[in-house]
Amino acid sequence: MSYTRRILNAFGFTCRSFPTNCRRFCTSQSVMASRHTHAKRIEGLDKNVWVAFTSLAADPSIVNLGQGFPDIPPPSYVKDALAKAASVDRMNQYTRGFGHPSLVKALSQVYGKVYSRQVDPLKEILVTVGGYGSLFSTIQGLVDEGDEVIIVEPFFDCYVPMVRMAGAKPVLIPLRPKPGKKTVSSADWYLDPDELSAKFSSKTKAIIINTPNNPIGKVFTRGELQMIADLCIKHDTLCFSDEVYEWLVYKGHQHVKIATLPGMWDRTITIGSAGKTFSVTGWKLGWSIGPEHLIKHLQTVMQNTLYTCPTPLQEAVAQGLLLNYKLMGQPDCYFSSLAEELEGKRDHLAAILQEAGMSPVVPEGGYFMLVDVTPLNQDLSHMGDDEAYDYKFVKWMIKEKKLAAIPVTAFVGEESKEQFEKYIRLCFIKVDHKMSMGKNVPPFISFWFAAMETNLITF
Amino acid sequence: MGIIRILAPYLTLLRPNLVQNHQLIMARRLYASRTIGVDKNVWVEFTQLAADYKAVNLGQGFPDFSPPQFVQDAFCKAVSGGPQMHQYTRAFGHPRLVKSLAKFFSRVVGHEIDPFEDVLVTVGAYQALFCAFQALIDDGDEVIIVEPFFDCYQPMVLMAGGTAVYVPLRPKGGSSVLSSGDWVLSAEELASKITPRTKAIVINTPNNPLGKVYKVEELQMIADLCIKHDLLCFSDEVYEWLTYDGAKHVKIASLPGMWERTITVGSAGKTFSATGWKVGWAISSGKLIKHMKIIHQNSVYHCATAAQEAVSHGFDREYELFGTPESYFQQLPATLHQKRQKLASCLRSVGLQPVMPEGGYFMITDISSVNVDLNDESTKNESYDFRFVKWLIKEKGLATIPVSAFFSPEHSKEFDKYIRFCFVKEDSTLEAAEEILRKWSQKE
Repeated sequence: MSYTRRILNAFGFTCRSFPTNCRRFCTSQSVMASRHTHAKRIEGLDKNVWVAFTSLAADPSIVNLGQGFPDIPPPSYVKDALAKAASVDRMNQYTRGFGHPSLVKALSQVYGKVYSRQVDPLKEILVTVGGYGSLFSTIQGLVDEGDEVIIVEPFFDCYVPMVRMAGAKPVLIPLRPKPGKKTVSSADWYLDPDELSAKFSSKTKAIIINTPNNPIGKVFTRGELQMIADLCIKHDTLCFSDEVYEWLVYKGHQHVKIATLPGMWDRTITIGSAGKTFSVTGWKLGWSIGPEHLIKHLQTVMQNTLYTCPTPLQEAVAQGLLLNYKLMGQPDCYFSSLAEELEGKRDHLAAILQEAGMSPVVPEGGYFMLVDVTPLNQDLSHMGDDEAYDYKFVKWMIKEKKLAAIPVTAFVGEESKEQFEKYIRLCFIKVDHKMSMGKNVPPFISFWFAAMETNLITF
Repeated sequence: MGIIRILAPYLTLLRPNLVQNHQLIMARRLYASRTIGVDKNVWVEFTQLAADYKAVNLGQGFPDFSPPQFVQDAFCKAVSGGPQMHQYTRAFGHPRLVKSLAKFFSRVVGHEIDPFEDVLVTVGAYQALFCAFQALIDDGDEVIIVEPFFDCYQPMVLMAGGTAVYVPLRPKGGSSVLSSGDWVLSAEELASKITPRTKAIVINTPNNPLGKVYKVEELQMIADLCIKHDLLCFSDEVYEWLTYDGAKHVKIASLPGMWERTITVGSAGKTFSATGWKVGWAISSGKLIKHMKIIHQNSVYHCATAAQEAVSHGFDREYELFGTPESYFQQLPATLHQKRQKLASCLRSVGLQPVMPEGGYFMITDISSVNVDLNDESTKNESYDFRFVKWLIKEKGLATIPVSAFFSPEHSKEFDKYIRFCFVKEDSTLEAAEEILRKWSQKE
């Protein structure tokens, strides 16, 4: 028992001592209720936008452009690699805990090239259960109770609960639309340097950035990243860079890794995802890359949480990476060919949404698009007062228009809700109606797009 | 440990954490205090050593034969199934799988299990345990762990801010114990460890490393204490199908008053000899599962889809064939029974004394009668069994695991003359081990 608690107990100060005394007088029912209480670390973390909206959108008659997963097939060679791996006896048993040897070697090759530095496969890479698991092991390994972590809004929704579960305080800073500009592109949002600087305190342990950003699709420029890096170095903080959409960057833009800026490798964990790289979100494999003195703490978390990731999936991803490593820089490398394919879908969706009278925000990267629904002037006062406008709009749109999206205020804190509540998020890594001609595509998706184009569905 | 925890942040603030190229990287401590004391891991150390010396590996617990054809086929079918097989599925468990698990285990437990409320699918049983500790153990809670224990329980308790309290299984009848059934829990000793701070007790049946299969009376004794003191019970039952010599696996959750306070953890890896798939589950009352779901949704969120689909087909097949000779849950223990015999006689033939396991993957062996000169300087300060195992890897090319790794610091000295063998291996591997042991005994 902790020293503090012993002392406090002796004086009867801890509220914990009360149930002990009270037990003699309580009925066994209420005693049972008090014993089965959850740990404090999960308090307030039960809400989750996906749990809420996935079930609403599960009705097969609804076109789901909400949750971010592809309904285009993954490249056939990764599926073949998986089938092949599973046929090898050894591949169905435990592999190295911190990452299957062939996978960490492949990652070391690919990222060695991308970073232009040697990346040690055994000491500077940890393979995890998706980008999600990567974030979790990073935060659990490096963020302590009482730390502050700066998070840029809008943020992938898990950052805040993960920081809170670690007993730390999320400090939020919103991306703001550039003054005087209409938000037609994700580049129209920026981080105010003075505002960001003011968020750093002596308690700041880390800043979490996400580039390309989910949901806006912003791709941070070198200058913007340098500004963040300068602050990290000045205040001696860590940087957790979520780069799961790193390959999905559209023409005219370039993905820059903050870890490559001077002074940043030693203080940055960069997160990647096989699911987003190869369009296999259901494989749930990701990785953290960083210096040994940081990665070793993530490895400690890994060995005490799930120990190792599935073997055949890791082997298949390794094969996919090696194949594309050889093709890097060429047009048929999946890392660039997927971005090209998605750029067409991006433009197509933006055009349709404009025709429908909404204002899309064209993303520079990623596979989401924000849409400003203000021009539609949809009256939702009949839906009550207790939810932000975008939550109501999405529920209304699911019910009335059979189209699912995600409300953007799910990705921001209380104070920024007003700034973002007229935006909804759509995912466009979906088959478009042109591809659907003659192929096995759920008919309602092609119908919806066709109907939008011919104004059968109007807002 | 609590004192160290409290003082740690203050101690480390006073000195720079890392200096590289004369440049300070971070003046303050980098790592979170929850990682203090949980960084050592016996598997990382011994798996590396076994690989380095290319030893015949009877150490880590995984089969070196393949999973049964029907699950492999199910996996291939899933992989070549529709695009949804490669995308996210339901976070708390692929619908097809939770339905199969609920149906299968409802019949076993004799209790209607709700697939969506009472089941959580996790990345192996390991992650199910992690969710249980994180969701339900708080700072200052005490957790009773029955020794010998699968080594992850202790660091998981620590990481959740809890305190581990140990109660050993002890061999009754002195030194000539021949079966895992001879290792017992003293009811008095167990009761004496319960305090107002005790939140849960962790049991593992069939037990790793001992192989003990708790009898219904033994579980009843534990259940009575759980009910009397209103404790939770985390029951790790990953080896539930692997019982020998007619021993029966009993689920403590099926005893009266235990369903609502027990979390039962299971593993597809051990069930279907596919440890590399990392699919596991926790089954309990929805009131407890809902807290574990919160940990799950804030840590990994989803598990891989295709493997879950394959495991689901595996359970559906076993549901139909349950109790019949075609059931894998009959065939696997029968095969392992024979391997268990083989290893035991081989160990006896070289003068070692195995403790026959009633269940599970492992057999522990008393090595106190062995006379070797462990003159390895690098292991000088380690316990006897650690030194012996390293010597056995380096000098004889045979990998095992030291049993004191499964005991608490306070009791490990009492149990440092045992090593653990895994017999879930191809006959050729067991024969290779036999060869090494025979050569060794002939030299003496």
